[in-house]
This record gives sequence, C-alpha cells and structure tokens, in this order.
Amino acid sequence: MKTARLVAVAGIVALVTGCAGDGDRAVESAPMLPSSASEAPAYGDTYIDSLLGDISSLIPTITSDGSSHAVGGLIYSGLVRYDKNLAPEGDLAESWQFSTDCRRLTFRLRQGVRWHDGQPFTADDVVFTWQAIVDPRTPSPYKADYIDVEKVEADGPQTVHVYYRQPYAKALTSWSTWILPRHLLEPYVREGRIREAPQNWNAPVGTGPYRFVSRRAGERIVLVANPDYWEGRPNLSRVVYRVIPSQATTFLELKAKGVDSAALTALQYKRQTDYPAFARAYAKFHYPSNAYTYFGFNLRDPRFADRRVRQAFAHAINKRELIDGVILGLGKEATGPYKPGTWAYTDHVKTYPYDMERARQLLAEAGWTERNADGLLVKDGRPFTFEVLTNQGNDERKKVAEIIQSQLRELGIGVEIRIIEWAALLKEHIRKRRFEAIVLGWGTGIDPDQFVIWHSSQTAPEQMNHIGYANPAADRALEAGRMACVQAERVQYYHRLQEILAEDQPIVFLYFREALPVVSSRIHGIDPGPNGISFNFTKWFVPRQLQRYTAG
Amino acid sequence: MIHLAPGDPTELAGADDPVLQQSVEQMRKLYGLDQPLHVQYLSWLKRVVLLDFGRSFQPDGRPVLDKIRERLPVTLLLNLIEMLIILVIAIPIGVRSATHQYSTFDKVTTLFVFVGFATPDFWLAILLQILFGVHLGWLPMSQLRHPMWEYLPFWRQQWDFASHLILPIAVATFGGLAGFSRYMRQSMLEVIRQDYIQSARAKGLDERKVIGKHALRNALMPIVTILGLSLPGLIGGSVIVETIFAIPGMGLLMVQSVFARDYPVIMGNLVIVSTLTLVANLIADLTYSLVDPRIRVGRRGRR
Repeated sequence: MKTARLVAVAGIVALVTGCAGDGDRAVESAPMLPSSASEAPAYGDTYIDSLLGDISSLIPTITSDGSSHAVGGLIYSGLVRYDKNLAPEGDLAESWQFSTDCRRLTFRLRQGVRWHDGQPFTADDVVFTWQAIVDPRTPSPYKADYIDVEKVEADGPQTVHVYYRQPYAKALTSWSTWILPRHLLEPYVREGRIREAPQNWNAPVGTGPYRFVSRRAGERIVLVANPDYWEGRPNLSRVVYRVIPSQATTFLELKAKGVDSAALTALQYKRQTDYPAFARAYAKFHYPSNAYTYFGFNLRDPRFADRRVRQAFAHAINKRELIDGVILGLGKEATGPYKPGTWAYTDHVKTYPYDMERARQLLAEAGWTERNADGLLVKDGRPFTFEVLTNQGNDERKKVAEIIQSQLRELGIGVEIRIIEWAALLKEHIRKRRFEAIVLGWGTGIDPDQFVIWHSSQTAPEQMNHIGYANPAADRALEAGRMACVQAERVQYYHRLQEILAEDQPIVFLYFREALPVVSSRIHGIDPGPNGISFNFTKWFVPRQLQRYTAG
Repeated sequence: MIHLAPGDPTELAGADDPVLQQSVEQMRKLYGLDQPLHVQYLSWLKRVVLLDFGRSFQPDGRPVLDKIRERLPVTLLLNLIEMLIILVIAIPIGVRSATHQYSTFDKVTTLFVFVGFATPDFWLAILLQILFGVHLGWLPMSQLRHPMWEYLPFWRQQWDFASHLILPIAVATFGGLAGFSRYMRQSMLEVIRQDYIQSARAKGLDERKVIGKHALRNALMPIVTILGLSLPGLIGGSVIVETIFAIPGMGLLMVQSVFARDYPVIMGNLVIVSTLTLVANLIADLTYSLVDPRIRVGRRGRR
C-alpha cells in the first residue's frame, strides 16, 4: 500500500488535548527537517495561522469547535499531555499514580507554575476545574468524562487525589482538560454564569505557553509568548490567527504568503500545490486523521438484519476505488473503528476484498435470487431498493454515496441518494431512526472506549447506537475494556471487539482520510511523529535571517 | 418560524463526537429549550419590549446587541459606499444610453449589463483575488486589516483598511451596476417621450437643461423606490461577498447563527433589520418629496 511507509499511530482527541484539531500524523515531504533539528533555535517572528471559523469562546471547556480548542490549547495547559509518540507525559502534573484497584488517581503538581496574571497555580485550581465542569449550570460538553468521579481532593498545594466510583479507563486522558484559574472564575461558576466571565470573552488567563493579547470578533486573535511558561519561553514570539471562512480564500492567501499554515483539501494537496515555488515556500505533511467514514445500515430493517446481506455489501464496495476516487488516494482503508497503528488496533480480523462473485453468492444465500425486468434483485415480490442519506455540505460523503450507488447497482440493488441539511438529518432521521442507510463519519478518540457507539444499551432515541447494533459478545468486550485500567489487559478486549465487528459488519467501515496541513518552510524545528506536528509547537522557531515580521 | 427548522443548538455541537453527545439533555434544560414553544416566544417578546434581546446560545454567551453592534458598521459602510458608486456610475450611463438610444454607447453598455447580470459574484471575486492578490500582489485579498495592523503608522493603517475594501466593493458594485443602469435607462426612455418634455423643447430650452432638469428629476422617482426596496438587503449584508473576502459582517453572522440554531441572535438580527428597513423606507419617502415637490405640497396643493 502506498501509505505503508507512514508512521501512523494512535488517535489523539483534539477535543481533549486541545492541540490544533488535527490529531496525529506522519510526514511526507519536509526536506529541511533533519538539519533543522540540530540548529540553535532563535526567538522572534510571528506565526500566522488560519481558522475556518471564529473561536466560539475563550474557555475551551465549554466549547466543542476545533478553533476554540486550537487557540485554547496555547493559552491553557492540562495536567497531562501527549508526546510525540502519543505516550502521556506530565504537563502541569509532574507525575501521577493509580492505586492498585485503579479507583484512585494521584497527581503530583509541578512547582513554581504561575498563571498569566502572576498568581501561583495550585491543587485548588484542579479541584475547581472539576467542580466547574460538573456544575449543572456549566454548559460543558465534557461532563460525561467525569460521571464516574466520586470526588477530587487537594492534599496540600502540590497534590491532587481523584477518586472514582469504579475503575474508568479514560481517567488519565480526561485530565488533559484545560485547567481553569480558580481565583478569577470561581464567583462566575458559583452563580452559574461562567459564560459571562470576562475570561471567556477577552481576558483569558491560563498557564499555557502563550498569553492572550487581543481579538477582533470574526477577524483574528493575537497571542504573545509567555516568558514565564514552565518549560521556558516559546520561540515564536507571537501567534496571529486569521479567521477566513472560505477554504478557497485560505488557499489563495497561502499562495500569496498571507498565512503560514493551512489545512488543504485532497485536490489542493495533490494537484494544485505541485509546483516548485510552492515546494520552496511550504512543507507539506500528511497523516491519517482521527475520523473514519462509514456506510451504515439501519439494522431494524429486516433486509439489513441479515448478516450475509451486510457482508455482501462489504465485498461489493471497493474501498480502494472509493479512496482513489473521492480523496485522490489520501486515505487508509478501515477494517474497524480503530485507526491503523494505534495500540488498540489489530489487523487480525476478517477482511472483505472486493469480490462481486462472493457478494452475489452471499445475497443468494440470504434469499435474494430472482431478478425483475429492471435487473433488480427481488425477494417476496419486492425489489431490493433503498435510500441512503448523508449530510449537506460534505462533498466527500456525497461522492462516496454516488460510488457506492453505482457499485451496488452492479449487484442488482437500487440505491437512491438523499442529501439533507445537517441539523435536519440528525433530528428528523438519525435520532428518530427514520433511515434505511447512511453515509456518515465517526471521530475516534485517543482512548479506544467506544461503549456509547456499539453497546446494546445505547439504542434509545437520543443515544448514539442509532444503527441499533446489539451483540452480547460485543457488549461484554466493551464493558470489560471500560472497567480495566491497565493497557496490556485492555488490548485483548478491543482486539476481540474488532474481530466481532469485522465478522458482523454492522456498518461497512470505509476509510480514515488523511489530514493535510502545510506549514511555511521558514518555520524550523517541526518534529513530525505519530502525534503529528503541533505537539511541540513551543519548540518551533524561525532562524534570524528568515524572520519576516519583526515589528513590535 | 425558525423553530420549525429541525434540530436545536445543543444537538449540533459535535454531532459525530460520542463524548459531546452525552451532555445534550442537560444543555437543553439550561437554555430553556425544553419549554413549550409559546412559552419560549412570550418570554422572548416580553424581554424585547424592554430592548433586551438576550444572550447568544454560543459558548461566549454574549448579549445579542453586542454581537450585532460590532458587525453592523462594516456592513453599512461597505454597502453605502457600494450604493454611492453604483448611483454615481449608473445614472449617467442610464441617461446617456436613453438619450442616445441604439447608439454604439447604448449597445456597448447593454452588452456590459448582460455580462454583469450573468457573472456570478463568487467567480468574479476569485478571479480578482487571483489577479490582484496572488499574481500582481497589489491588493489584500481578504479580511479588513493586515495581520500586523497594530504596528503600522497611523496613515498606513488608514490606507491598509481602505485597500482591503477595494476588491469586495468592486465585486458588489459590478452586479448592482448592471441592474441600476438598466432601470435608469428604462425610466428615462419613458420620461422623454412625455408631452412636457416636448413642450420644454418647444419653448426652446437648451437640451441639457431639458434632460438634466425636467427629465432626470421625473426619471429618478422609480430609482428612489427601488433604492428603498433594496435597503433591507443592504443592511442584511451579502453572504457571498462576506464569506469569500472574510469580512465579519451581518450576512455571515446571520448565516452562522442559522446553521448553529442560535435563536436569540437570529431573532435579534431580524428585529434590527426590520427596524432599519422601516427607517430606510421613511427616508425613501422623504426623498420623494425632494425629487418631486408636488408630493410635498400634498393636499393643500390639490385645492
């Protein structure tokens, strides 16, 4: 496979770690990289990044958009973060320890860390952050991560104990959340008005590598290096985020050097940046993103309840053709819900090579043998036709649906495609279970726990197992994987889960697409790895003679 | 009405993220979305009477009025300049092609008008961006200010801001120009066929006076009407131009609020735009009396 040389490893949740929303990655072309690692870093210059949407607020704990997390990730820090190889390492916490029964997690905090306003950071801030998230009046989308937390206790200024009601596999991951300043936010949280705090609009105070300078709504956000950052002052002295809602405009700005970094589309990456001047000005990176696209069945439909029909579909859908046709080959085939290369992933599962004969045979076994005048398969006098839904505004999914339509047509199955606005699709079809088939995507977190997607208890209207999957063996694997807190032990449960899912094909797992960032080549010190590029942003620098923005 | 659109703000946050979806119910309660619709509407109406438009559902939770206040000026500025340029160019073109009907000038402008009508905004915008922004590098392509704006000297700041407006205004003007010069031509053609123009000419008036004074004033009446009608669109902003040029104006705010089902901002926006539309129509009515004194005299004039 073309992408085999990539070092693809685990999924990081941008949402949890707050890194620029692009998870982990491997590098393709960056000619200057090896030498730059040995160069002595210089301080200065401004890094100009682009955002497709404005940040929704400056306390990322209450936001769910990538922009807020990218900016918030530079202003705030968590107790732990993920290094180049996605191993957890201390950030505000110097070290941590689980009790033997996995129900107590103890953090030892770093000494001498100060908030941007000069106040010392202590264990009370950690306790407060937890209180703020779980407060019912705080509109935080991350409450579910702390449901199993019984209490959080400060033990002196440098130690925090977190007690869990039962072992919780995502415990450590959840503490990469942005720690909030108690001395500023407590009154607002107490009154249930955290959104109205000035720290949420234009005066955020964190412990991260950059301090907030200014923002203009819908226009830009300016940050400046924090000289007191615990790891030392970052090299790039200033970061400016420009809000440019059109991807086409962002691309033109990139060509005119108006921004230093942007995420490209597959077409831009492959065809429109393939000239020498661009290669001199920018380094291109690519790595599998943390989300996969799938073709989902409504398993309540008797036709799709038959596993042989789903397996036939898996054989009939040519994933390679999809990847080549839709994203110009910039993706990896998916065999299950975990990204290839992550610790929970296994390739020892049943695979479904493109095989029309086998697909026909499976359908025949399921009773689909006759054909009508239109060439469609017929059973009990009814032709095999159904409707596949996908959301508006995602060209990729539309194309996926179209290719699947033509591939299934060869089998004698008629597919209609309907494209519906996101909100309407969710509310009227997905949540009410009024669909036959869908083309959608799932994000994968840094932790492999996917209880809420696959467990049979999660099929109620507002829950996420909307396809209605229920398999007791899968349930057992999910429960066991969630309760165990030792990675070595969890691996077996998740491998088991993938075997079951591959056999069952409750959805046809299609592909993990690649994230395609480019960064100005004057930026040195980028050290791509399984965790992508932005994990060591504070170490990036521009050699003095290449610095572009020296004013101020 | 907006509640008839399916989906609500809480559901849209990270719809394909399993973690986020689990907090939906709590959030609905927080925003009062679990209340019946009429209860929600009445409580909204009560607050609006007191000029309280509430706070946005977005995580920033800012007052709706603040959000509108920071976006209205740039939209108004852009559109007023645009309108002004359109009028200054379209009226002479219209008049001339009417008085010289079927002349070469008329034919050329007719052609221009059809090109103008047929050119999609976004296409023209991208072409101009590529030409002036990427290839020539003369003009900035997006937003309103240079990233390093704070560090420029005062006059450079002013020029920087102005230069950011050139392309968006050029694009917005181009489409409008076509329409207005057509209207002007049509209404001028009608007027110069009237008897009173004949009599003005008959009494030996200078042709320039006939056209400039007698005909133009009457021909402007329909233009004022159309201007009045196009004001709501002007205040609402242009989504396409604002998106492509990354200008944080009213159009973008409205569209983003609709996609996020941010009801307070949508409602606030509608109220503000409606109010300004009423004001604009009042201004248009007053302008009639300037253009045509007969209206000002009113009942007394009829006797």
